Amino acid sequence: MIGGLNRRAARLKATLWTLAVPPTVWALHFLFCYVWAAVRCAKRGPTETIGDIRIGIAVATVVALIPIVASGYIAWAQSRTEGDPPPHNASTGPDRLRFIAYATLLLAGLSFVSVLFVAAPALVFTDCR
Amino acid sequence: MTAPDQNDPAVRKGQEDRLRATWAPPMGLFLRWTDTNNNRVGNWYTATAFGFMLFAGLLALLIRAQLAVPDNDLVSASTFNQLFTLHGSMMMFLFAVPMFEAVSILILPQLLGARDLPFPRLSAFGYWSFLIGGVFVSGSIFFDAAPDGGWFMYPPLTTDPALSGLGADIWMLGLSFIEVSSIAAAVELIVGVLKCRPPGMRLNLMPLYAWYILVVAVMILFAFPPLIAGDILFEMERLLDWPFFDATRGGDPLLWQHLFWIFGHPEVYIVFLPSIAIFAMVVPTFARRHVVGYPWIVLAAVGTGFLSFGLWVHHMFATGLPNISLGFFSAASEAVAIPTAVQIFVFIATIWAGRVVWSTPMLYAAGSLAIFVIGGLTGVMVAVAPFDWQAHDTYFIVAHLHYVLIGGTVMPLFGGLYYYWPLVTGKKLSDRMGRTAFWMMFVGMNVTFLPMHWTGLMGMPRRVQTYQSSLGVDGLNLLSTVGAFLFAAGVAVLVADLFRSPWRPLARRNPWDAGTLEWTQKADSEDWGIRSVPLIESRYPIWDQPNFVRNIDEGRYFLPDAEEGRRESIITTVLDARPLQVIRLGGPSIKPMLAAVTLGGVFILTTYHLYWSALVSGVLALGVILWWLWTGTGEIPEKPEKPIGHGITVPLYASGPTAPGWWAMFITMTGDATAFASLIFGYFFFWTIHADFPPPPTPGLAGPGVFWPMMALGLILAGWALTILARETNARGGVGIARIALALGAAASIGGGLAALAGPWFSGLDPVLHVYPAIVWVLVIWVAAHAALSAIMQLYTLARSLFGRMDPVHDADVRNITVYQHFFALSAVITFPLIAFFPGVA
Repeated sequence: MIGGLNRRAARLKATLWTLAVPPTVWALHFLFCYVWAAVRCAKRGPTETIGDIRIGIAVATVVALIPIVASGYIAWAQSRTEGDPPPHNASTGPDRLRFIAYATLLLAGLSFVSVLFVAAPALVFTDCR
Repeated sequence: MTAPDQNDPAVRKGQEDRLRATWAPPMGLFLRWTDTNNNRVGNWYTATAFGFMLFAGLLALLIRAQLAVPDNDLVSASTFNQLFTLHGSMMMFLFAVPMFEAVSILILPQLLGARDLPFPRLSAFGYWSFLIGGVFVSGSIFFDAAPDGGWFMYPPLTTDPALSGLGADIWMLGLSFIEVSSIAAAVELIVGVLKCRPPGMRLNLMPLYAWYILVVAVMILFAFPPLIAGDILFEMERLLDWPFFDATRGGDPLLWQHLFWIFGHPEVYIVFLPSIAIFAMVVPTFARRHVVGYPWIVLAAVGTGFLSFGLWVHHMFATGLPNISLGFFSAASEAVAIPTAVQIFVFIATIWAGRVVWSTPMLYAAGSLAIFVIGGLTGVMVAVAPFDWQAHDTYFIVAHLHYVLIGGTVMPLFGGLYYYWPLVTGKKLSDRMGRTAFWMMFVGMNVTFLPMHWTGLMGMPRRVQTYQSSLGVDGLNLLSTVGAFLFAAGVAVLVADLFRSPWRPLARRNPWDAGTLEWTQKADSEDWGIRSVPLIESRYPIWDQPNFVRNIDEGRYFLPDAEEGRRESIITTVLDARPLQVIRLGGPSIKPMLAAVTLGGVFILTTYHLYWSALVSGVLALGVILWWLWTGTGEIPEKPEKPIGHGITVPLYASGPTAPGWWAMFITMTGDATAFASLIFGYFFFWTIHADFPPPPTPGLAGPGVFWPMMALGLILAGWALTILARETNARGGVGIARIALALGAAASIGGGLAALAGPWFSGLDPVLHVYPAIVWVLVIWVAAHAALSAIMQLYTLARSLFGRMDPVHDADVRNITVYQHFFALSAVITFPLIAFFPGVA
């Protein structure tokens, strides 16, 4: 079953747009966290507690990590496409696919870490001071 | 048609003669300046940006001379303010960003094996705009009228005409004009990288420089428009007293800080990445091997590009925002260190794995990376909010930013100068002078800026004209001044080296034995760019592809001729670089220069409140641009297709997403949409910050109602639908219906624009009274101005159809304006429900 899943993932289309998916998810997560907290704090003042926002950020973080991991998984499967001999930097379709996939995988890794970074302040701050 | 016999020297000679004649530069005292070839425009651009850097450097020496000793009165406080403001503004807007555009225009076609970039006249227009705007801004200091509010121009100091003179207007309008040219360059470079690569150069074989340029150009599209939106609000306040940043009338100066730094922080990476991109070319050449970890560099470039947009508030840590907000930006600021470090490790790995030749460019690479890493580390320090509160607005920050910018931009560019000088001039610079200059600059830089960390931590604020001895920073300041003059002496050695260059002999071809495509160029290079467009099979084709250079020289690859006497290049697909089209490029023309002069007139005359003259200049600019478009774009070729060699025949005309023009429109409108989004952000910012936004509906403050906004929305959507109808019916041969649809569409656009203005007009919204009416007015004026442009485009396309310049097959015009219509309709769909219904909801 896992082999079938890998094969299906490897057949998906990889383009410059798919390369940008993980960091775009990071950007949306970042904006979500910042805008929600900033609007609430501006409206209610520094004494406002933000327990619900912290839970919301935790949920948003999990929700953001799902497409990042999925994108990384698809990219991982695609980066193992066979067809050409190493070092896989020739002007061929499979090598181009392997390259985009590998770069996407790396970006998924960076985005994963960065989403956790951005969520971290919610562990520390409990109000709008 | 049989293929020409490239083995026959006579055939090759004929081809070369035709290419030479086609690409011959215009001659004559004036006409030579009408050239549009990337090698000339790129040279002018680079030299101009370099000149502005030297000028801004001299201003810095004056600053250091003033600060050499305590209680000094070499320059007055007012002059000092102008000096540091102009130094920072020029280094950023007239040197760092334009230099990246200049170098890219100069070398990108060579890196991509293209004869030129897709829109050479746009490059020329960008250059002339830059020159005019740059001279206007920098020249102001000779009239004691230079901007003096610091390079980030914080209101309310700078929006109050009593506290700041004409300089603030010169900054806003002069630099806005230059921002327009930056966006023009971004369009040119994105389309160049995506569509003008040689056959075979799939995404995985693109030179790393091109990857960086692609990322940076996209960043410009999202970073510069917020500043342009801020400039609009800023000038509305200065010229018309609309209170966007005036807290007494509902405005907020922090909005400017947000808009400025949404631009300003990505800007740091916009100037850093292209410089590091030069190293991505230099390091493999001198390590004599392929770069280690090519996808990791792509990760670094793309990752930095994204993360850099989540950092802007770290310039605003001291503004009293909630700690949790600071936390998000602090975290993102730490995260960006990851991709930034990755590329440095890639270079180290490449050097480690290779057989290094310690050439002069490599010396600059190593030295500037060391400086940059120090700046990066202090960056990690000031990204921590509590530390930043201690260091904010002190000389610690001055030290940090100069380490970053000298290590990340200035020195890499000097290294690039030594590396690419032979490519541009055919001659090598002196290694001895280059190394001397390097060590003087390296030592001078550290002597200047290392002490400033202590100067700052001991309490000396930045931007003060003088200081007292009791502060205990006399010695540190004197040391910094000595270092600055040593650095300047190093720059002088470098400049002397450049001036000696014309008397030196030609270097051999590919003097560094590099492997990348640009070094196929001969030392006494021709104006045609490349003799034949190669088939690429490797990232380092000169090293890896047998007989590569000879095959190019003998015209054995693609497009070795200019049979029709037209400047041409090949357009390929984005992912796999398959040939799609031969594009006919614009040749020498005076129109880009005229367009820049007339458009520059709008900005410059507005600065002096000469509104009628500015209007005349604007109408002239519109006329010149339409003339340029009418005569120079969308030309119907004399035959549908032409062979480019090796049995491949491609069309001479393309429309829709395969055509460069469509992409240019799409990219431009993406930037335009970002500016619009920034204005919408402004609306919601006021609502977030102020409980009285929107204010109670008293006279002058009551919203625009529902009727007129909905009328405007309906008409604009009708114009949008009619344009799509015109596109579809025209493609199916229904030219008559298409023309009627275009005419009706233009009428709908005009009606929509007028209805948009009618809302706030009839409800008597007074923009001087409060920020709410002001922001509503700005939004409807934005849409109305776009409606006017929309109508001009629809009527232009109608005229193209009537005059036989557009038909069912050759329909690029209508397809391009449809892209505009999509974005325009979207802005209407957002604006009108917002201004009509949000006050009730809020």
